[in-house]
Amino acid sequence: MATSETALTQEQIDRGEAPQGYTRDVNVGEIERWASAIGGGALAVYGLTRGTYGGIALALLGASLVHRGTTGHCYAYDAAGVNTAKSASDNPFVSVEGGRGVKVEKSVTINRSPGELYNFWLNFENLPRFMNHLEEVRVTGDGRSHWVAKGPAGTSVEWDAESYNLKENEMIAWRSLEGSQVANAGSVHFTPAPEGRGTEVRVVLKYDPPAGVLGAWVAKLFGEAPEQQIEEDLRRFKQLMETGETATVTGQTSGRTAGA
Amino acid sequence: MKALCWFGKNDVRVEDVPEPKILNPRDAIIRVTRTAICGSDLHLLDGYIPTMERGDILGHEFMGEVVEVGGEVKNLNVGDRVAVPFTISCGNCFFCRRELWSLCDNTNPNAAIPEKLYGFTTAGLFGYSHMTGGYAGGQAEYARVPFADVGPVKIPGHLEDEQALFLTDIFPTGYMAAENCDIRPGDTVAVWGCGPVGQFAIKSAYLLGASRVIAIDRVPERIEMARTEGRAETLDFDDEYIFDKLKEMTGGRGPDSCIDAVGMEAHGGGSFDAYLDKAKAAAFLATDRPHALRQAIHSCRKGGTVSIPGVYGGFLDKIPFGAAFQKGLTFKMGQTHVQKYLRPLLKLIEDGKIDPSFVITHRMRLEDAPQGYHIFKNKQDNCIKIVLKP
Ligand SMILES: NC(=O)c1ccc[n+]([C@@H]2O[C@H](COP(=O)([O-])OP(=O)(O)OC[C@H]3O[C@@H](n4cnc5c(N)ncnc54)[C@H](O)[C@@H]3O)[C@@H](O)[C@H]2O)c1
Ligand SMILES: [Zn+2]
Ligand SMILES: [Zn+2]
Repeated sequence: MATSETALTQEQIDRGEAPQGYTRDVNVGEIERWASAIGGGALAVYGLTRGTYGGIALALLGASLVHRGTTGHCYAYDAAGVNTAKSASDNPFVSVEGGRGVKVEKSVTINRSPGELYNFWLNFENLPRFMNHLEEVRVTGDGRSHWVAKGPAGTSVEWDAESYNLKENEMIAWRSLEGSQVANAGSVHFTPAPEGRGTEVRVVLKYDPPAGVLGAWVAKLFGEAPEQQIEEDLRRFKQLMETGETATVTGQTSGRTAGA
Repeated sequence: MKALCWFGKNDVRVEDVPEPKILNPRDAIIRVTRTAICGSDLHLLDGYIPTMERGDILGHEFMGEVVEVGGEVKNLNVGDRVAVPFTISCGNCFFCRRELWSLCDNTNPNAAIPEKLYGFTTAGLFGYSHMTGGYAGGQAEYARVPFADVGPVKIPGHLEDEQALFLTDIFPTGYMAAENCDIRPGDTVAVWGCGPVGQFAIKSAYLLGASRVIAIDRVPERIEMARTEGRAETLDFDDEYIFDKLKEMTGGRGPDSCIDAVGMEAHGGGSFDAYLDKAKAAAFLATDRPHALRQAIHSCRKGGTVSIPGVYGGFLDKIPFGAAFQKGLTFKMGQTHVQKYLRPLLKLIEDGKIDPSFVITHRMRLEDAPQGYHIFKNKQDNCIKIVLKP
């Protein structure tokens, strides 16, 4: 079940076509979707009953197919560039050419006021505290900053960026300057949730990875995907803002450290 | 230090491992004075819970003495004696603020795994697989307790460790199971499973005003404890007429609420659906064996409540959802919101309304924990609850 779907998807991508049933939000065809749900369910079940890590990988693969089946949303299509928004003259992401690169968008609700979150984010030097792929951000003044990120295989990638379009307690946008290794742009939006339920934080990132669109797709399969990354970053941002720390087990004791 | 580690299905060993360290400002380190083995640990032992790794330290029921606190823990001092909830919760998020502590947003470092499986993440748990955070557990000489400023409760000096230990899990779990039944005067509550959780559910149902409790199991000493300690009427689940008997005992109406304190590894007696469950689980067509749950749904009176403290993790087959729908049942379930119950239940203990140590049948050294797992799993030696002393 899973293999034939992948083949179908691959073919369509090779032809540069969107699959049947394609709409902007639901990009997996209806039939394919049910097939995903059923096939994914069986896979997940199969994976879960095997108490091994291999089992989990299977369970998770199954679960992601279920997810795709029930939401009609396939990340691979996005990562492969199908479904990304066309460029428009009012596109704020001018540093990444329209029709190129990867765009990701994620939201999280945080139990803090928009002002508290805005102020923390506005100091870009705070970003590496929750964005794990960033090594350092240095504010160089005048709305400009220097960013150092972990690149592939132990290298690092650097660029200069400027912030623009600041709306106090509502929105912060930034973009890399001309000549950056990785052209990128981003914005974060803070909207009060109803009845004092904190703040909805939405982050939009767009960037052009060095190896092109397909590079990101491959990266995604190996876990360094932009979608996952921003999701994890936002989760850590929420933990930091709500609890003052980020949950971790790194460095804890176990029977593995005993060399057993 | 010594710690009980998981190495695979039916393979747990006591190993020498490094002592835990403070990793975050809201951490504390506890010297464990008592810890227990739980029915939930058996699901790990039996390989029913995915995302376990060789060398994981087990144990989520533990108490002890504070030996070190992180910079942000202001309410605890070195030397305090505390019981530690098995749920790791931040106290700050939407869910913690609503007392839904086991659904905490912020304490699972592996949130991505449950998000894939369940849509959203739930709280981190001690010693309960990497899906719930991969936190090292408390069947050890020392344990790291994250968010120690909101979790652990101080135990007054005049209570014995054994009286306070079960505040960490099974007493609140049985109590929440009964509370979820929304018991009214005159109610009959049926409880599947007379393990430790079932025993506390029985006592709690009476504490919350039930008129009758009917308990179901087949292990003689557990049935006996339900009868003598719990004052419950009892049924043997090998008896194939459970439904008819329950109906008969309740004047043809059925129990007002039904508690499934068995969970995903229910035995089916001689019933046909149970054979199918086993076959399906073996053939990877289903993950859990929900025999008790099916029976609870089928037996519950119209408009009644099915309360499920028993743990389920995956996909359940042939759940009589039509019966649940047509009878207008209410379902309540989930990991226990332990922090919500710590202080009220501690008060019940202090007031002498209950002494939770009644459930203990075995006291062992931590070194002997693997043997403890073995006899608890196989219900040997009249074992109902084992307490370990590191
Ligand atoms: N919700 C929570 O937060 C929470 C906390 C602790 C434990 N639990 C769960 O509660 C369940 C019980 O825990 P425990 O420590 O009492 O475990 P246990 O294994 O000691 O007890 C289970 C009992 O159920 C009986 N049983 C098996 N099949 C049955 C059937 N078909 N009908 C009636 N009884 C049956 C067994 O004979 C046994 O006595 C487990 O699933 C455990 O994981 C949940
Ligand atoms: Zn437990
Ligand atoms: Zn929380």
